[in-house]
Amino acid sequence: MKNIISDETMEYVGILAKLELSPEEKEHAKQDMGRMLDYIEKLNELDTTGVEPMSHVFPVVNVFREDVVCNTDKTEEILKNAPGVKNGMFKVPRTVE
Amino acid sequence: MAKVYETVIGLEVHVELATKTKIFCACSTEFGGSPNSHTCPVCTGMPGSLPVLNKKVLEYAIAVGLATNCDITRYSKFDRKNYFYPDNPQNYQISQLYLPICRDGFVEIETENTSKKIRIHEIHMEEDAGKLIHDEWENCSLVDYNRSGVPLIEIVSEPDMSSAEEVITYLEKLRLIIQYLGASDCKLQEGSMRADVNLSVREVGAKEFGTRTEMKNLNSFKAIARAIEAERARQIELLEEGKEVIQETRRWDDNKEYSYAMRSKEDAMDYRYFPEPDLVPMMISEELLNDIKANQPELRTEKQKRYKEEFDIPEYDIDILTSSKHLADLFEETVAICKAPKKVSNWLMVETLRLMKEEEMEAEDLKFSAENLAKLISLTDEKAINSTVAKEVFQELFHHNIDPVVYVDEKGLRTVNDEGELRRVIEQIVNDNPKSVEDYLGGKEKAIGFLVGQTMKQMKGKANPDLINQFLKEELLKKA
Amino acid sequence: MSILNLSALALSEKIKAGEIKVTEVARLVLDQIKETEESIHSFVSLVDEDAVMKQAALLQEGIDKGELTSPLAGVPMAIKDNMCTNGIKTTCSSKILENFVPTYSSHAVEELEKAGALLIGKTNMDEFAMGSTTETSAFGITKNPVNIEHVPGGSSGGSAASVAAKQCYFSLGSDTGGSIRLPASYCGIVGMKPTYGTVSRYGLIAYGSSLDQIGPMAKTVADCATVLEVISTYDEKDSTSMKRSDTDFTAALVRDVKGMKIGIPRDYFTEGLQVEVKEAVLKAAEVFRSMGAIVEEFDLSLVEYAIPAYYTIASAEASSNLERFDGIKYGYRTKEYEGLHAMYKKTRSEGFGAEVKRRIMLGSFVLSSGYYDAYYLKALRTKALIKKAFDHAFASYDMILGPVAPTTAPKLGMSLSDPMKMYLGDIYTISANLAGLPAISVPCGFDQAGLPIGLQLTGDCFMEKKIIQAAFSYEQEMIQKEVE
Repeated sequence: MKNIISDETMEYVGILAKLELSPEEKEHAKQDMGRMLDYIEKLNELDTTGVEPMSHVFPVVNVFREDVVCNTDKTEEILKNAPGVKNGMFKVPRTVE
Repeated sequence: MAKVYETVIGLEVHVELATKTKIFCACSTEFGGSPNSHTCPVCTGMPGSLPVLNKKVLEYAIAVGLATNCDITRYSKFDRKNYFYPDNPQNYQISQLYLPICRDGFVEIETENTSKKIRIHEIHMEEDAGKLIHDEWENCSLVDYNRSGVPLIEIVSEPDMSSAEEVITYLEKLRLIIQYLGASDCKLQEGSMRADVNLSVREVGAKEFGTRTEMKNLNSFKAIARAIEAERARQIELLEEGKEVIQETRRWDDNKEYSYAMRSKEDAMDYRYFPEPDLVPMMISEELLNDIKANQPELRTEKQKRYKEEFDIPEYDIDILTSSKHLADLFEETVAICKAPKKVSNWLMVETLRLMKEEEMEAEDLKFSAENLAKLISLTDEKAINSTVAKEVFQELFHHNIDPVVYVDEKGLRTVNDEGELRRVIEQIVNDNPKSVEDYLGGKEKAIGFLVGQTMKQMKGKANPDLINQFLKEELLKKA
Repeated sequence: MSILNLSALALSEKIKAGEIKVTEVARLVLDQIKETEESIHSFVSLVDEDAVMKQAALLQEGIDKGELTSPLAGVPMAIKDNMCTNGIKTTCSSKILENFVPTYSSHAVEELEKAGALLIGKTNMDEFAMGSTTETSAFGITKNPVNIEHVPGGSSGGSAASVAAKQCYFSLGSDTGGSIRLPASYCGIVGMKPTYGTVSRYGLIAYGSSLDQIGPMAKTVADCATVLEVISTYDEKDSTSMKRSDTDFTAALVRDVKGMKIGIPRDYFTEGLQVEVKEAVLKAAEVFRSMGAIVEEFDLSLVEYAIPAYYTIASAEASSNLERFDGIKYGYRTKEYEGLHAMYKKTRSEGFGAEVKRRIMLGSFVLSSGYYDAYYLKALRTKALIKKAFDHAFASYDMILGPVAPTTAPKLGMSLSDPMKMYLGDIYTISANLAGLPAISVPCGFDQAGLPIGLQLTGDCFMEKKIIQAAFSYEQEMIQKEVE
């Protein structure tokens, strides 16, 4: 395996992705990620000089909506699936200390 | 020898656009609804929901770009900026990094003795976040997504400013341009215009920039000025002590007049931008650009020119009236009704400005309507009220936008034009004040003033002063 | 012939002719589910029986009154559990959405309901459509109705199994890298992925937004064309939805391939391809030749680069698309936590399964500072090259013929032990997603174990009609041969 994934990398990616793996999971994930990156690096065999990255497969442009209010008050529906609600708002752990 | 430092400031200005609906869904952008009442699956990040761009957002962004001398990016895209925070329902913000809609513009500002170009690096479109409210009782936070998805443009300047005055002049200039375009009301207090200040210091003459910090939560021009002074001092102190300035985001607390770092181990500041696959790119055609240019509202200099041609009012008035889009609109709308530019200008220039100063208000916050101001002017024209009463009515108009006609009638403030009653009162006054009559007839013309005052008092202020004068003189002549 | 064996269209004719009532069909289907569901497990959730019967009665009334005229009126269907259904739990087969009940429906489901199709249940899938076996579901695995020791394929495994097990007459699947075609092939049914943008993605819970497409799964090509015609309407809620005027796909149900130019990529027939699969596919090519098509071999090129490009792009988009599952607005939230970030991390770590976490981590990494250009942009550049290779191929050929998968359905539990091997199973399907192309999987035989083999026809973008016509012709030819 060419790509050796360090604990620091795993921790960093965990912060980005908001995931926390158990020690066993982490070992496994390091192996998996290393192997996947090795595999992805196969793309380096290709010469892509001067090739524009293709984010959208079709050249469709300019899809717009007119500035007209169509939505009505659906507060109840919006909150229906929330794990925590108070005063018509989503309840979350305190964001500032 | 003590080192001399200069301050280098760049600004990131967020402006909420004045669209009726949000940037990616058909929810209202109106202020003041109950929590989460202006939301839908799109602006609350429900699974499977998809964004569709509000065309007006693009048009406003381009209009601001054109008015600030930017190049319009002909092929522009949205990108996702990924970070977790509860006010951000998808945990990514749809913004623009790689191909922002406007680039390389500038705004010219007048400082004390020179004018200076502040270059604009870019303007991009993005969505606003929801609002977090902290619940002290339960030690939790509550999220309201009514503001989530409200369209913003972010105007990023180059680090071309060197003082708080320059920063504020630049912001005032930007605000005026955007207000004139109708793209936003730009109220700092209400957050429809927000400025983040990027600041660094360096020794005068140094080639390299110093390490900069970014300051957030600046809700007024005063806060901006105070924060700039404090941050400049903080950075210089660090350097003087041989310490380093750390590149970081700091939050300004205007009550404590102190900023603190917003660092956390859990904020990696690695936003993993990539092109938004749910939105298609924008291709700005010549046609669309010309359309926007053609529909561009009249900007300040054009307006000033037109006022000079159309209205017979002093240049000084024109400058003040056009210094705010709202004031200029109020002026024009009132003139359109009452056709008396000079009188309208007087009300706005004198009484309005006086009360604004008294209340520490901005022109944008004026509540009274053109219709009601026009009504007040016609009441005075018809001499239905005298000038003292008119000022009293204006106070009410200014604060509560009352209908002057209704108000005057309800309070019984109309000038009494019943000649019979007035003559009776005057006859009485003349009879009751022989001394003054004598003085007047003896050549002391000023003595009539006392008699006018007495009459007005008797009439409870509602008499027509011209008539009082006329009838008094007639009555006095009888005594001669 | 048993009613349950009928195609959707044949059933529809009987309903229209008054030979059978929608309520009777519903009863048959519900009984069939009772009998088979325990061993197959196609569904994550079933619509309540009484509700199904009540709806069936309503639909019958609509048909009787002449209000419901669509060929799908009264026909029982199943929907993959990553498409939102108003009032019906939609989980993506993930613990993180175990209790999510949408208050809106996906566009495709709305169109089918308007046409009068009868929703029976939500089908099992690989969690968030990440997998090719339907074994990564948080709610148990689905088994292949042809042989319950084998996987049904994935990620739309439940949708394929429900049709194959006659629990419904057609289903919707979604296809990000082969997730409709692969299970269709493993279960011996027809599955189609239309051109990107043909079916609105509104209400489809995203995996890889630039690759995801909804498509039909059914017993016959005609059924697939009929369903696709209903769901391929323009939707202003999806910016990538296309305004197409050529969505009368049933018009292509014509038995004629004379003069059609069909290319077979030589580079598809390499190591790793099961001999029986290879033989069945080449035999199918012969059938096309015998029907008058011009069949040629050619070099497509870049085949082996599709998988690494795909996993980079799909994982990157997935890492972002799945950020919204954070325990705040809906879905699972961990029970105990200390502060906001711990809540995020525990909720997501407990709520997502191993494969999903693996792809989220990979996706976050390839987008992270310092790696974006080397990995993500490189993959987007490769995608451009692959699209170009297809453009080149379609300059010479009307369609490309090949296998759907290198092998028939693997045994349960074999694939997950080696994810890399599982990824290789998508080698023939993935490039259609990268290039946005339409592709259809049609049964073309069995291996020695009796497991179905699928034939894949890939068309140029917007050329669904060509591949529908070819697939229909092949299917009819094979039925005729069987009769003879």
